[in-house]
Amino acid sequence: MFHLNAAEWTAIWLSLRIAIVATLISLPFGIAAAYALARGRFPGKSLLNGIIHLPLVLPPVVTGFLLLMLLGRRGALGPFLASIGIVLSFRWTGAAVACAVMGFPLMVRAMRLSFEAVDRRLELAAGTLGASGPWRFFLVSLPLAFPGIIVGSILAFAKALGEFGATITFVSNIPGETQTISAAIYTYTQVPGGDESALRLTIVAIVIALAALFASEIFQKMGEKRIASLE
Amino acid sequence: MLEVNVALKVGSFQLEVAFQNQKTFTALFGQSGSGKSLTLNLISGLIRPNEGFIRLDGVTFVDINEGIFEPMHRRRVGVVFQDSNLFPHMSVRQNLLFGRWFAPKGDRRIDFDQVIEVLGIGKLLKRPPSRLSGGERQRVAIGRALLSCPRLLLFDEPMAALDMERKLEILPLIERIRDEFRVPMVYVSHAIEEVVRLADLIVVIDAGKVKAIGGPGEVFSAASAQSEEARFDRSSVLTVRVAGENARYGLTELKHSSGVIWLGGAAGPAGSEARVIIKATDVVLANEPAHRTSVRSVLQGKVLSIHDSGPFAMVEIALAGDNHLFAAATRQAVDELGLQKGCDVFALIKTAALDEAKIAPAHVS
Repeated sequence: MFHLNAAEWTAIWLSLRIAIVATLISLPFGIAAAYALARGRFPGKSLLNGIIHLPLVLPPVVTGFLLLMLLGRRGALGPFLASIGIVLSFRWTGAAVACAVMGFPLMVRAMRLSFEAVDRRLELAAGTLGASGPWRFFLVSLPLAFPGIIVGSILAFAKALGEFGATITFVSNIPGETQTISAAIYTYTQVPGGDESALRLTIVAIVIALAALFASEIFQKMGEKRIASLE
Repeated sequence: MLEVNVALKVGSFQLEVAFQNQKTFTALFGQSGSGKSLTLNLISGLIRPNEGFIRLDGVTFVDINEGIFEPMHRRRVGVVFQDSNLFPHMSVRQNLLFGRWFAPKGDRRIDFDQVIEVLGIGKLLKRPPSRLSGGERQRVAIGRALLSCPRLLLFDEPMAALDMERKLEILPLIERIRDEFRVPMVYVSHAIEEVVRLADLIVVIDAGKVKAIGGPGEVFSAASAQSEEARFDRSSVLTVRVAGENARYGLTELKHSSGVIWLGGAAGPAGSEARVIIKATDVVLANEPAHRTSVRSVLQGKVLSIHDSGPFAMVEIALAGDNHLFAAATRQAVDELGLQKGCDVFALIKTAALDEAKIAPAHVS
């Protein structure tokens, strides 16, 4: 029988909450970074590109440790954050930050591609019709890049669901607070008789991941159709 | 009044263009790569000149000495691009209203319904641009630019991507817009027939410099006189008045002060002015009006000059009313007719050739 116990449900809901929050907080930054990389001409563009992609190539544990040094209670920014009431270490919010950082490169890559696919001449045409920069962005670039925005968000969401290394390093593995599906599976495999729970959570993880990929495919198709209609 | 006096260096290409036009319709004419589209982009504000200024009716768009550069969205200059650049995520109606929304309320003097009616796009309003034909797209693009109630309307080879039939459909629309909405226009093209038909002032641009400037008649006589070789490229532009139609034969009689020209098809209502392009190779010269030939269009004038080139000669004829007509002939024929500077001469024009010539592309190098 496929029956999830309370601890397993807690891990699933926590994972979903962390992944959703991580995606939502990185969304505006992701869009801004993707647009800047696709359209902007500024010094340090390659440096920005490099920093954004760093979590993709660094070992996740390294990223987690860097976050701990930066945002942890004794980290560089920790006391400041604590003074304005934000504590991230060993909290689910910290897990969300770790997941956001890890998913950010995937999100930006997808969005950047879709911004680059927007015909520049349409933005210029909007300009000659009286639209200033922000209007051009919100009325032309953003709606045309929308499928890519969705794809980027879904990728970041999927990455956040599966994130393990950076999260466990930064916020540890506390049931009910920071123990996500991945961390729970890891824990169950370490205790005798935990295999059944691990397997159930694995199935749940597969289902969620497949659903996310499927949704991403659908939006990608929508985007292709829209681009095809340009010709 | 539109005043343009700009210089721009792009790589090794140097653009220096200066002209001003008090009237409505300026055409920038030249081969591709001559810098005419670049000039248009300077006017619309897509690019910034290195030197100079652009002013329209006292409003400065750019003045490098004064440190003024108005960004494109503040110039209120509508542009019709070669490929219509309609917004694919909006319906035709949303496209049409896009620029209007940004126009200050007091300046929205161009009536939506009137534009829809003139352009004949009433049935397209709900469609997405992907479901329009090339000609329809371009009509919507013209409407979109016009409805932004611009101070100036720019056309960047708006018909280059269309086939001949579509062109013949769009050209009268641009003419009507010119006459009905009274928006100053700048029109970039390398097609002589478009430019001649539409423009008050033609600025011929070649390799980044203004080569000739003036009304259609003067510019093309002057420009074509400069090239010695290509006799097929030489054309004359005559301003004529429509006298009436011959319905039985489907011909139109055009009156010129030097004679009569018959044209196959219609050329507009009786009494209206028209411009006819006549290729030098379509003109036959005679000492007397030839009675027993098939030619019905005859103009009388005086030989102004004869330029030899190999076996051929280019004869320039002064017609009454300050028009010039070029005729290509063999040198032998010129000698045997005894043509010299100052001689009276009759120019016979084949109507069958004219019907085509009015719309056929002819380039001035």
